[in-house]
Amino acid sequence: MKKHLDTLSSLIVGLIFGIGLILAGMTNPAKVIGFLDITGTWDPSLAFVMGGAILVAIVAFRFAKKRTANFLGGAMRMPTSDMIDKRLVIGSLLFGAGWGMAGFCPGPALTSIGTGNPKAVIFVVAMIVGMAIFELADRFWHQPRQAATQ
Amino acid sequence: MMIDTANFTPGLSLLGGILAGTASALFILNNGRIAGISGILGGLLSPRKGDIIWRIAFLLGLIAAPTITFMFMPAPVVTIEAETTTLIIAGLLVGVGTRYGSGCTSGHGICGLSRLSPRSLIATLTFMAAGMAVVFVMRHLVN
Repeated sequence: MKKHLDTLSSLIVGLIFGIGLILAGMTNPAKVIGFLDITGTWDPSLAFVMGGAILVAIVAFRFAKKRTANFLGGAMRMPTSDMIDKRLVIGSLLFGAGWGMAGFCPGPALTSIGTGNPKAVIFVVAMIVGMAIFELADRFWHQPRQAATQ
Repeated sequence: MMIDTANFTPGLSLLGGILAGTASALFILNNGRIAGISGILGGLLSPRKGDIIWRIAFLLGLIAAPTITFMFMPAPVVTIEAETTTLIIAGLLVGVGTRYGSGCTSGHGICGLSRLSPRSLIATLTFMAAGMAVVFVMRHLVN
């Protein structure tokens, strides 16, 4: 039962997240690029998305940090790493470069395939291939893996 | 700096952000998990028993969202200017980068900043700067 509630909650949370992204305009890569284009005509909308999201989530995380179990009785899986290392910076640089090229980051890209846009599908397939390449490379080099990634 | 007043949507974007933040809040409190999309998707590529269904449920929710909004508003505009080759390279970079850097706009940007993580702040500043630099080069130097 608990497991079913966990699954149901995940589905609903994914849905709310996706609806938020659509309302915010983040599923439109042209709009995202309009935010990243600070030297052109700048569309600050994405800053409002982040601001609105953090406004709510910051309260929840303050509360969550004090808890030892979640509302469904399961474990709190708060990220444990606080390392600022080469992986974090190089990974974020690569991600940011791809984000700027296409105007898609993972969440909005997945939600966009729900609109049936073929180009969004191409992007998502390439993104999954990229993730698989990382998995294989990571296993090959036997680097220590963190159990809880974000 | 010129503000793009024609496309700027402060109200809707704030509302959308509040919804995404509410989703992240529900996820940490209800499920005890970080709503980081790249991590949720990437975790399916090294599947572990008992750690699969919730990921699929979350991703299905994300993908089903346009079907729900379509009931009360027009289909979202998805304008993708990038050509296929660019899209493929961009997708590969986003896939590798988010996994190597352990997060994306949701995990580091929304959740990480909300839990006041210095690590996520560095990640967010880095991918924002990289994105801005790439757009500058592609829009203003190349074309």
